[in-house]
Amino acid sequence: MSGAVLQARAVHARLGHVEVLHGIDLALPAGRWTSIVGPNGAGKSTLLKLLAGLLPCSGGAVELQGRPLAQWPGRARAREVAWLGQGEGGADDLSAYDVAMLGRLPHRPWLAPPGPADHAAVERALRATHAWDWRARPLGELSGGERQRVLLARALAVEAPVLLMDEPLANLDPPHQADWLAAVRSRVAAGGTVVSVLHEIGFALQADDVVVLQAGRVAHAGAANDAATHRALEAVFENRIAIRPLQGQWVALPRP
Amino acid sequence: MNRRAALLGTGLMLLAAVLLALGAAVGSTGLDSLRAVREDPVAWQIVRDIRLPRTVGAWVTGALLGLAGAVAQGLFRNPLADPYLLGSGSGASLGAALALLAAGLSPAAAMAGGWWLQVGITGAAFAGAVLAVVFTLTLARGAQHTLRLLLGGVIVGVVLGAAKDMVTLSAPDILQSMQGFTLGSTSFLGWQAVALMASVLALCLGASWLLAPVLDGLTLGEATAASLGLSLPRLRAALVAVLALATGTAVAHAGLIAFVGLAAPHLVRPLLRSTHGALLLLSAGMGGALLMAADLLARWLLAPQELPVGVLTALLGGGYLLWLMHRRSMAGAGR
Repeated sequence: MSGAVLQARAVHARLGHVEVLHGIDLALPAGRWTSIVGPNGAGKSTLLKLLAGLLPCSGGAVELQGRPLAQWPGRARAREVAWLGQGEGGADDLSAYDVAMLGRLPHRPWLAPPGPADHAAVERALRATHAWDWRARPLGELSGGERQRVLLARALAVEAPVLLMDEPLANLDPPHQADWLAAVRSRVAAGGTVVSVLHEIGFALQADDVVVLQAGRVAHAGAANDAATHRALEAVFENRIAIRPLQGQWVALPRP
Repeated sequence: MNRRAALLGTGLMLLAAVLLALGAAVGSTGLDSLRAVREDPVAWQIVRDIRLPRTVGAWVTGALLGLAGAVAQGLFRNPLADPYLLGSGSGASLGAALALLAAGLSPAAAMAGGWWLQVGITGAAFAGAVLAVVFTLTLARGAQHTLRLLLGGVIVGVVLGAAKDMVTLSAPDILQSMQGFTLGSTSFLGWQAVALMASVLALCLGASWLLAPVLDGLTLGEATAASLGLSLPRLRAALVAVLALATGTAVAHAGLIAFVGLAAPHLVRPLLRSTHGALLLLSAGMGGALLMAADLLARWLLAPQELPVGVLTALLGGGYLLWLMHRRSMAGAGR
């Protein structure tokens, strides 16, 4: 447990007057990819925002490198933790390149023009999501999938040790889903911590660890290839899915 | 991209220079030859003390409104946002109405206006604008929640507007002066007012240039901006302050000039898609050019009669935007 980069200790959270998370304990070690899965309304996005320090905990605390997130200065935290939200709108007038460059904001002194390191990071990110070729096009003229790839590149461009992504595969076609998988794997291989909220159970099971969330509590946390994790997943989805091996991978089949 | 921004900026400056020369030459008797004017001391005095300050003043007022409009649209992430959104327009009107009421003057005297009266109305209008924004901020409990801020602005606008109407109805004498204020006018701008507005403009341009990365971050939503390490509550309060200062200064000197703040950023965007650094500066330049042109036409079209400049800005800017929308929807239909 002491190797955790990001750790949630008995975290509670409220949205308005409703408590959404009721005491979550979670340790996210370096060099691992963790998937958060669960039914709609389980509190997955809220948990991710909490881990990113974007929502205050109403109880407990989230610690980054052993220090409570609330004590981190905003810019220092932003260099350590990158967050990709669900359905980020707007920025229609900015070019794909400008949007990806926003990811370098925490690294640049205020008002300093981007340096060579920033341009290099943005190019790496845009190439990783295959958005480099149309980097000059404004976001407003892109399709949903293309836009998602730019937003993904924005999060990658931060090059933070911890990368939190909420539904990163939304609108992506299969080849670009595979690209995303490759980007995550190389991040993790380089010692990064990746946390993703995913709807597609098949993709979630590609991760190293799976956290199953139900009604604001952790129903199960374990390795993705562990049978107990699969049983917990089937149970949380009311046994309407069946998890089966297929050519060395796990797939979730619908069960009528 | 940067070259295009520089090009557009230069173009707007050249346009302003041409309009300035025209503005010096156009008077109630039509177009004067500038060379003839130099030889006639009376005509020269008219140019120096009346035409030049009001022409330059129109540019500065328009620049303040264009800048405020771009800040408002970025801050509220809404292309329909305009500088008067936080209630500053109604607040300024109420301030002006109260000042006129206190002075107890007939419309003729108000029009002739001593220097002190002018300062009094300007000061009261500015105080009204700033107080209205403070009122809105109190109602919205700070600048954290955009929607609450918008709603607060609308409510404050309605309430202060009604208060202004009550004041005006209780003293019909000030009705005509108030109408001039509501339509907006650049005709009473003197060099002192221009100098004051120019310093506020310089201050606001500097501050908004510093805050431009915040507006860029906000385009992706508040959560993403916060995840990039931007401390939003503080920075958003600073943006509201810039918005209130620029709008309050413009309204206090020239009344409620319609549409420049809303239209200027929209006129820049089709020419240049860029980050906010360039957009803010160019919106100021565009607003300045727009109001300067409107001021010129206001004097020229029905000379020696003068049109209210606010009516012309709405016609000019609105007409262009309508044409732009039409062209875009035609392009969309063809796709």
